[in-house]
Amino acid sequence: MCITILGIETSCDETSVAVVENGTIVKSNIISSQIEVHQKFGGVVPEIASRKHLELINVVVKQALDKAATGFGQINAVAVTYGPGLVGALLVGVAAAKAIAFGLDIPLIGINHMEGHVYANMLAHPDPEFPIICLVVSGGHTDLVLIQSHGSYQLVGSTRDDAAGEAFDKVARVLGLGYPGGPQIDTLAAMGDDKAIAFPRAYLEENSLDFSFSGVKTAVINYLNQCKQKGIPVNKPDVAASFRRAVVDVLVDKTIQAAKSFDTKTIMLAGGVAANKLLRDELSNRTASMGLDLLAPPPILCTDNAAMIACAAYFKYLRHDFAPLTLNAVPGLKLGEDRY
Amino acid sequence: MFSLELKSSRETEHLGQLLGSLLQPGDIITLNGELGAGKTCLAKGIANGLGIAGHITSPTFTLINEYPGKIPLYHMDVYRLGSPGEFEDLGYEEYFYGSGVTLIEWAGLVEEYLPPNRLDIFINKPAGKDECRQVHFVAYGSRFTHMIKELKQFVRSGD
Repeated sequence: MCITILGIETSCDETSVAVVENGTIVKSNIISSQIEVHQKFGGVVPEIASRKHLELINVVVKQALDKAATGFGQINAVAVTYGPGLVGALLVGVAAAKAIAFGLDIPLIGINHMEGHVYANMLAHPDPEFPIICLVVSGGHTDLVLIQSHGSYQLVGSTRDDAAGEAFDKVARVLGLGYPGGPQIDTLAAMGDDKAIAFPRAYLEENSLDFSFSGVKTAVINYLNQCKQKGIPVNKPDVAASFRRAVVDVLVDKTIQAAKSFDTKTIMLAGGVAANKLLRDELSNRTASMGLDLLAPPPILCTDNAAMIACAAYFKYLRHDFAPLTLNAVPGLKLGEDRY
Repeated sequence: MFSLELKSSRETEHLGQLLGSLLQPGDIITLNGELGAGKTCLAKGIANGLGIAGHITSPTFTLINEYPGKIPLYHMDVYRLGSPGEFEDLGYEEYFYGSGVTLIEWAGLVEEYLPPNRLDIFINKPAGKDECRQVHFVAYGSRFTHMIKELKQFVRSGD
């Protein structure tokens, strides 16, 4: 039997709707990406608020159904991100999903946004070997998640201040580069020497799997200020390369450390920064020498999207884990706790 | 106005903790300073002073982080807003007139929406002293004027 799930994601900037069959066949995945608009405003993001989601949601639902060449009648369940995120933004998706579930009398499935990022991997690799350590790394998150089986998550490490993607964006800003910062730093770093400047790497307490990127961000700012005061010209490619190396070293070391501690067979990458080439290459080298599998989603599935929500929902559908129509947005939802 | 010089990020956090212990539901505090000035560091201390456990992470991407507690904390960063009007779309009134303490980073961008009674905190990095910070408090309204007096006494007594 073919199970078709309509997924909805509105937790932050993107309004996204997808149609996914049997958890892995993406029939459509519409993302109202606003990157082009961002660039026009020189790094500052306009139009993020919930009103934008409200204007877009019905249009994006229709586009997703049209592109999948299907209609509401063929949908078996509707899935939605209900946290974590901005309450106003989440509510738009949750209200739309509840209306569709009620109108069609089909199950409603509530998904944690972070769970969605993990499942972006399953779209491409539906049958990974458990247990898994997943590094979810994006503008808003830097988390290490231990996954024992489908639906069983444990957050084993996370950032104590800035997310890695945020550090990339902020350093790009002080270097006078455009938005988003990750790809800009990547391009510039390719021309620089990553050993030119010794930026700090925060490993925190022994055995800690937590991250801290505020210090390296401030170190870059201090370095640039010192150069300015002393009248020394700044070699931007060297700064970008040394900074990127400092961030990636910590991400890779902690991920490997987590895989060893929990004796996992598979490492997964997820989130926007998972598209970073140095991070992928370094992890790929380290996992190969240890005989571990490294999985990473294609770049489009690294960003916020609804296909990953529909994929995560498929495994909940199989477990008959449905949410009641009283489902509400939970801005501070933690991974591994469902609140409905 | 009241100014202080701090010698490390630990001192910044400690000051935040002291301030946090003086706050009440409905209080609104703005945090102003360049990138890397220590706004989130001060916010961490304030959360600690409010008795909130767990990590306080930067709200730059998420815009608003909500922390439950005896007095909930709403930690906002409006840097990413394209225009002040988007602050309305975020539903700021729900937070300002809610049951918690609101901290706003880069509040200058939404000045027209700020209430008359509030505490503005400015953090500056003196040139050439990477670890040091100068903190200035500007209180609006009698409640915060009184709070700053209290804070001054705590600091003088070396607490």
